[in-house]
Amino acid sequence: MLDDDHPMTAETIPAAARPSGIKGPRRPLFRRRSAIPGFGLTLGVTLTVLSLIVLIPLSAVAIKASSLSPSQFLAAAFSERAVAAYRLTFGAAFVAAVINGVFGVLTTWALVRYEFPGKAVVNALVDLPFALPTAVAGISLATLYAPNGWVGQYLTPLGIKAAYNPVGVTIALIFIGLPFVVRTLEPVMRDLSADVEEAAASLGAGRFATIGRIILPALGPAWLTGFALAFARGVGEYGSVIFIAGNMPYKSEIAPLLIIIQLEQFEYANAAAIALVMLAVSFLMLLVINAIQAWSRRFV
Amino acid sequence: MTISIRSVEKKFGRYPALNHVDLEIADGELVALLGPSGSGKTTLLRTIAGLEFPDAGQVLFEGEDVTFASAAARRVGFVFQQYALFKHMTVARNIAFGLDVRKGKDKPPKAEIARRVDELLKLVELDGLGKRYPSQLSGGQRQRVALSRALAVQPSVLLLDEPFGALDATVRKSLRKELRRVHDATGVTTIFVTHDQEEALGLADRVAILNAGRIEQIGTPDEVHDNPATPFVCGFVGEANRFEGTVSGGRFTSGAVSFAANGARDGAAVGFVRPHDFALDDGGFEVRVDRVHVQGALASASAVTADGRHIEISGSRAEAARFTGTIKVAARKSHVYPT
Repeated sequence: MLDDDHPMTAETIPAAARPSGIKGPRRPLFRRRSAIPGFGLTLGVTLTVLSLIVLIPLSAVAIKASSLSPSQFLAAAFSERAVAAYRLTFGAAFVAAVINGVFGVLTTWALVRYEFPGKAVVNALVDLPFALPTAVAGISLATLYAPNGWVGQYLTPLGIKAAYNPVGVTIALIFIGLPFVVRTLEPVMRDLSADVEEAAASLGAGRFATIGRIILPALGPAWLTGFALAFARGVGEYGSVIFIAGNMPYKSEIAPLLIIIQLEQFEYANAAAIALVMLAVSFLMLLVINAIQAWSRRFV
Repeated sequence: MTISIRSVEKKFGRYPALNHVDLEIADGELVALLGPSGSGKTTLLRTIAGLEFPDAGQVLFEGEDVTFASAAARRVGFVFQQYALFKHMTVARNIAFGLDVRKGKDKPPKAEIARRVDELLKLVELDGLGKRYPSQLSGGQRQRVALSRALAVQPSVLLLDEPFGALDATVRKSLRKELRRVHDATGVTTIFVTHDQEEALGLADRVAILNAGRIEQIGTPDEVHDNPATPFVCGFVGEANRFEGTVSGGRFTSGAVSFAANGARDGAAVGFVRPHDFALDDGGFEVRVDRVHVQGALASASAVTADGRHIEISGSRAEAARFTGTIKVAARKSHVYPT
């Protein structure tokens, strides 16, 4: 068979006609030849690990849930209590990610663009939510924001209840998500050259125009990544939230907790049904965010 | 737009980047700031632009003090070595940016902006590329975009910081011609920084040569090449053989090398002779030719003097045919500076 690129491949020439003992290269089956080594090894390891760690456990969720009949599945996955839990989980994660998106830009700005005493400490503080056991964070946040806590006692007279309700959940998720936004934005903001800002200034752009039209758009793709990471982390967060949420069914009960409750009642299939819904929604949202990201990176 | 720089000083830490710099630039001139790296040429350009502010001295535009005015207020067009294009905007939006950020009645209507962008794209020969993103352009094309973006606001002065530094030789040559053409077409006063003397001498109406934060000489390309004011200029602009020696009785002597001192006073001195100012002469000093190097119609030779120093001699191909073995040469012209 002849192909366009190599009309004289090994198959087309009789071996005896070939002048040297070098074996003619065969056209690879499904990928182009590349000079960069390691494709087989890296892809093989990646697929193996992804299967063992991610894919197989997730398909187990789907298999378990499929032991329910469709009506049973709907009853378990979309009970009033479950829907309330989804709404709280995704809603609070979204609000927290948005707040982190704003606050994270400011934090990164301060960390990247200025030198100030104690910068190293602030830098370390940003990473703390990564390292701290989430339960510790949840307990301290609950203690602080409870109506009689250090912060809570000043919020209560203002009519703000910041613990044992959705607000508390959001506070915990803000704490958990901040480093994702900051650490994603940091390298990108560091790489913004001063030239570009000077160019904008010399063209007559004021500070706000420069920030709004030059700097923030340039940060856009990285910001979306940070936002997506913080959001995804917020959806899956369990440890810190349960201490501050109050965990009232229909009001402040998050979906991961509902799954645990189902498990404790030996309703494994019901738990899997709820998990499957969360899985589908999370996957869909990340897919959409990735698509937006790909679109916003069109100029890179 | 006339520009006056009056005894401008600027220090970075304890390092003086500009040291009492005075410079007058006439309306519509194309001036090059030429110097080695660290000579303060970029700092001077940025001071004129309003991106850097002097510690002392004044910058005047058309006689008006703008020393501490912002870049925007001065209406300068600035072109950066690394283009500094807005990556997330198309070429057309990059060029339109300066007009687009204007507010209220200063902002031209959309159609007017679009017309102006098209005009500028034509001027720099990029018509049809308005919808591309900077990442889809070559280096030379990017720099053209940067140039038209700077021109879009009809700047009073166009400032370019090593505009061709990041480009390869061929593109650099064509962009040089382009800059000259754009300058002649728009008549905008233009100042550019370069460390490439060929670029400065070939392009500019006048060249200011900077060294260690001072202007050593300013003049037309011919003036600075033929009558260098200081030993630095003589050594930096064009090629020159440098000799250290003494002047006595109107003659400069350095070991086995000797030539007329052009009226320099007696005493220690440093003398320069350009390679093409050496000529075969039986009354001259002896050198042994090492190697002849032919470059088109010209040829140059490396030679060694009787006391073992290397010098460069150049001439036409016909002349160079006689650059063999031991020859006698004399300096037709020299530059001697007392030290």
